[in-house]
Amino acid sequence: MSESVIIFDHVGKSYPLYHHITGGIKNYLFHLPKALSHMGNTHFEALRDIYFEVYRGESFGIVGKNGAGKSTTLGLIAGVLKPSEGKVIVKGRVSPLLELGAGFHPELTGRENIMLNGVLLGLTRKEVLKKMDGIIEFSELGEFINQPIRTYSSGMLARLGFSVVAFLDTEIFLIDEILAVGDMEFQKKCIDKMMRFKKNGVTMVFVSHSMTDILGICDRVMWIENHRVRMLGEPEKIVDCYSKS
Amino acid sequence: MRDFENYKDLLLVLTQKEMKVRYKSNFLGYIWSIGHPLAFAFVFFIAFKVVMKIQIEGYVLFLIAGLFPWQWFSNSVNASPMVFLGNASIIKKVNFPRNIIPLATILNDLIHFVLSIPVIVLFMLIYHKSPSFSWLYGLPLLLGIQFLMTYGISLMISSINLFFRDLERLTGIFTTLLFYFTPVIYPETMIPEKYKHLINLNPLALLMMSWRNLFLKGVLEPAFLIIAFAYSLAALLLGYQVYRKLSWKFAEVL
Repeated sequence: MSESVIIFDHVGKSYPLYHHITGGIKNYLFHLPKALSHMGNTHFEALRDIYFEVYRGESFGIVGKNGAGKSTTLGLIAGVLKPSEGKVIVKGRVSPLLELGAGFHPELTGRENIMLNGVLLGLTRKEVLKKMDGIIEFSELGEFINQPIRTYSSGMLARLGFSVVAFLDTEIFLIDEILAVGDMEFQKKCIDKMMRFKKNGVTMVFVSHSMTDILGICDRVMWIENHRVRMLGEPEKIVDCYSKS
Repeated sequence: MRDFENYKDLLLVLTQKEMKVRYKSNFLGYIWSIGHPLAFAFVFFIAFKVVMKIQIEGYVLFLIAGLFPWQWFSNSVNASPMVFLGNASIIKKVNFPRNIIPLATILNDLIHFVLSIPVIVLFMLIYHKSPSFSWLYGLPLLLGIQFLMTYGISLMISSINLFFRDLERLTGIFTTLLFYFTPVIYPETMIPEKYKHLINLNPLALLMMSWRNLFLKGVLEPAFLIIAFAYSLAALLLGYQVYRKLSWKFAEVL
């Protein structure tokens, strides 16, 4: 068996509910005893005792209902969240979280956003410039690439997001429901690209509600329900059980 | 995993982004950074020279020499509550050293300030003064001290503001108060004798006095520099500590 690149060692993640504080200093001070006691016990538990490993070159799928904890899991892998319990170990360069409405700055053009994302990921400007043409071509955005991305449709944003991440040589590729908004043709292009990644030994973690995509791409699937791992194993078996539930 | 070149490029790209997002065009940004302190100079000139007849030679130049560096400080600090909030989209997606965002913002303001120095020189020439050789070491020293000070304070405010959003309002009040407690529109010699020793408690006072002395007289007081530097170092350490304690929660509260 090959080396593990992502290890979740009995990971729990709970958020204190911050709205007591973001309500402002005034609220906080006037209700200090209440606010303090609230802080102690109003935790929202997003994940509990999650244990899994992803091996190098594997395509790992995550399924589950809305709010089950899939996105929190991806946030932990990306390193933007820290676990409250247990340990998360990730080896290699992780792509930014691809979600609907992607992680871009609305006032910058598509081209500038590509550069921004590239350097945020740890590349130098030279390296990003070398890949720029490939990214723009793959995205098929044409003239729009020089427009601020606030003018983009959600499908165009998804195109840009996928293209950036696909070309930036990340070792671990995180995909959160990105394919749902692109048109059929682009979805197919993305799937093709992901299949090529698979051949080249890129590790992928793929969150989706499309069971066809999960079956087509993933080697193993984890089913998260109520913030815990419900099942983990062969895609066919998990998808079968998940669809019946 | 990240090397020096990446850090450099990250800072460069973020600074360019900041410039673009805040001003839409570089030229307009430059005009703003000059127009703002000049407008203030005009207002204070009317209020204190024309109306209240303050007894200072060349009060216009006096104001300009103080207001330009002050404007850099107050622009940066007043913008700091929004520094992390305005970059929520990237903070939530990618893991990178977040403190580089306020660094880019302040670098941006520093560049605008440096570019506005020729305007100060222009006013000096109008008042028959010329730049001194001491600027060669004086400018970098004061720029460095103010950069550290501003960065420390911004890092602290921008981090805390994610958790206490009211801080944004308090910051505006804080910089306004600090402005009137700092000898920018009046000389330190006008402060009544019994309050004079308090001036050392203001971290900005000696720095702003140093700027004005450098611009108007071409001199730097080493004691002022040392105290100002000590304050800026303290601000940086404090700001960094606060940032370090809070930064891992940023993605949760944004």
